Amino acid sequence: MEFLSDIASLINSTLRISTPLVFAAMAGIFAERSGVIDFSLEGKMLMAAFVAAVGSYYLGNPWLGLLLAIIACVCLSMLHGFASVTHKGDQVVSCVAINILIIGLTTALAAAWFGQAGLTPTLNEDQRFLEIHLPFADALRDIPIIGTIYSDILSGHYVFVYLAYLSVPIVFWIVFKTSFGLRLRAVGENPSAVDTAGINVFSMRYKALAVNGVLIAFAGAHLSTAVNANFFREMSAGRGYLALAAMIFGKWHPKTALIACLLFGFTDALQIRLQGVELPAIGEIPVQLIQAIPYILTVVLLAGFVGKAIAPNAIGQPYIKER
Amino acid sequence: MVSPILELTNINKSFGHVHANKNINLTINKGTIHGIIGENGAGKSTLMSIVFGLYQANSGTIKINEKEIKLRSPRDSIINGIGMVHQHFMLVENFTVLENIILGFEGETVFGEKLEKAKKDLEKLCETYNFNIDLNATISDLSVGFRQRVEILKSLYRGAEILILDEPTGVLTPQEVDELFKILRSLKEEGKTIVLITHKLIEIMDLTSEVSVMRQGEMVGHTKTKNTNKEQLAEMMVGRSVLLRVDKKEIKKGEIIFKVNNLSVKDDLDVTRVKDVNLEICSGEILGIAGVTGNGQTELLEALSGIRKVESGNIELFGEKISDQDNFLNPRMLKEKGLAHVPEDRQRMGLISDFKACENLIFGYHDQEPFSKSSILNNKEIKEHSKKVMQEYDVRPSSPTLTTSNFSGGNQQKIILSRELNENPKVLLVGQPTRGVDIGAIEFIHQRLIDMRDRGAAILLASVELDEILSLSDRIVVMFDGKIVGEKENKNVTDRELGLLMAGVSE
Repeated sequence: MEFLSDIASLINSTLRISTPLVFAAMAGIFAERSGVIDFSLEGKMLMAAFVAAVGSYYLGNPWLGLLLAIIACVCLSMLHGFASVTHKGDQVVSCVAINILIIGLTTALAAAWFGQAGLTPTLNEDQRFLEIHLPFADALRDIPIIGTIYSDILSGHYVFVYLAYLSVPIVFWIVFKTSFGLRLRAVGENPSAVDTAGINVFSMRYKALAVNGVLIAFAGAHLSTAVNANFFREMSAGRGYLALAAMIFGKWHPKTALIACLLFGFTDALQIRLQGVELPAIGEIPVQLIQAIPYILTVVLLAGFVGKAIAPNAIGQPYIKER
Repeated sequence: MVSPILELTNINKSFGHVHANKNINLTINKGTIHGIIGENGAGKSTLMSIVFGLYQANSGTIKINEKEIKLRSPRDSIINGIGMVHQHFMLVENFTVLENIILGFEGETVFGEKLEKAKKDLEKLCETYNFNIDLNATISDLSVGFRQRVEILKSLYRGAEILILDEPTGVLTPQEVDELFKILRSLKEEGKTIVLITHKLIEIMDLTSEVSVMRQGEMVGHTKTKNTNKEQLAEMMVGRSVLLRVDKKEIKKGEIIFKVNNLSVKDDLDVTRVKDVNLEICSGEILGIAGVTGNGQTELLEALSGIRKVESGNIELFGEKISDQDNFLNPRMLKEKGLAHVPEDRQRMGLISDFKACENLIFGYHDQEPFSKSSILNNKEIKEHSKKVMQEYDVRPSSPTLTTSNFSGGNQQKIILSRELNENPKVLLVGQPTRGVDIGAIEFIHQRLIDMRDRGAAILLASVELDEILSLSDRIVVMFDGKIVGEKENKNVTDRELGLLMAGVSE
């Protein structure tokens, strides 16, 4: 029984830990499928975490905090679009600029407003999202297997966890079953084809970036108003980059990107679990090594382990209409 | 009763300092095939891009069916019944035919009913015009000829009454060209209006009923095709009389100096692109390699010039083995042995376009006297040499310090040619010498190649322009799928015979 509950808690934490990665990867899919590189997932996630925490603290409602975070991230996406779509700047440079800006900005604003560099006040229960316990979770817990799955794995998550996994089929549906999705994929593959089909390439890319901003805001809000009760400095901790890696590993496809996010989430959950555990013959594994597992995995996977990832054809290239 | 379907009045368009279209007037009559001919850079494509709404004219008016309209985007043009098949196809390669055609005209937010209807409509259209296209095929799996049909089908589906084709035959085999012309004629029968942009005189004479000639951004003449001839059109295009046939002396064939034995070569993706090729070239002869783009000519030339590794087989120069799979001479060593190379892709391999003309003119010889001494460049000597060479090869403008990218395609090609020919090579490898080059310069370049041959050089000429192969070569081999599929003396061979070989139909 102990073994089963171990597994259940491992899966439970995998789902939770993967949540921001899933949102970020879905956000990345929108931007990159439209032909715009998005390294700024990291910065936007951090911004969203900050704005959500601050907004929720002042307005007393985490949903309003989330709304403000969405607005902030869409603005950052538009900034990225303005630099790299309208003015045809280098997309990577624009992203790096956003990332650096946000690290500094969040730290400085927190210091100015709350007197603590890079820290916002702790939110009370009304100001943050709480775990949702599914109906009859306690009553059903004792039923073997099904009870464990329902009560220990599916129940007791923050709203973002459910939304994240719900977003995957929705993103899939939009990208592959709607005319917007067709245009989105086309504009990342061959913008000239889209232009000659009478569709505005620039407005398509801005639309894609807007959706990107909305999705990434959820990832940030999850960090600062759900799993944590405040914002702290650089709390996104590379999740934006990890999500980008998962998206590439998933070949810019929602389903496979989800699997990659879960894999990263699982190794992270596993490393937390393995800390301090004595393994037979080896003894205790140094905690630094265990913590490095998700990152080592990223490097190994991206270094060609999964075969060639074929990026959208026009990615990274600003669209230049007239010669 | 002829009625104009498209009228352009005083169209002007500038890109920065370049005045691409100057006061263009053009009337196209309904139900005709109207040719627009002109050299590269004459402004034909720009003009048609304006008609298609891709560019906006700086001034001028456009009338369709005698009604003035504003074309702000391709959408406006498509709605007004204009379709365009671009020189570089506007297709998303990993989409299906169906997806490409409905793109932008899906008619519904979520795919369902309309998609099914579109499928039915398209199947009917395919049947009407005998297109034989599988709507569910992915574009990247289709041949160039089929991709072009998809483009035509796309325009028809979107309701095109005027179909503009920009240089449609550049990438096709002669047989595919025949098929295309058949389709265009049947479209004309249906009452559609066709505008054919080309720089090939023969296509104008074959297909069109009316022709307009452009030169340096201006419309220099309109005429009925039956009232003119190739020579007259060429003269209008270039602005002076042009020799369309190359004068060639009887061949004075010497001994074999360049020999390729069982050569196989792989490309960057590790795919074998040249398969067991054998060639012999004698001094004083031009060997032409005909073939559709992408059948191994590029890799063959690269291997012969020492840029690409030989997979198996070997290459001999003057009876000496210069390359096999174990060791090969690099381009510099080959150069010293008297081999010169004019690469296919002049922008990528032939020139450094950000360099000055004089720098490109000596590049590869820059460490030799008199251009440099103890590793220090002698700029005065380089400029004087360049000035001399540029005049000799009629490079315009003949200013050695001008950045190379500012020269036209033809003049850039002359820069490369003069650099390579100046050393009097024994063997010359030439790829696509006149791609994107205007008629006047073509004449000049062809004459230079003939001169080289008459002086006893062995020349290997790879070109996708069949006319060029036919007018220059003494002997012709055809490449298909990496293999030599036929060899002909250039006496009684016709382009039809070569076309069949190019398409992979064996004798």
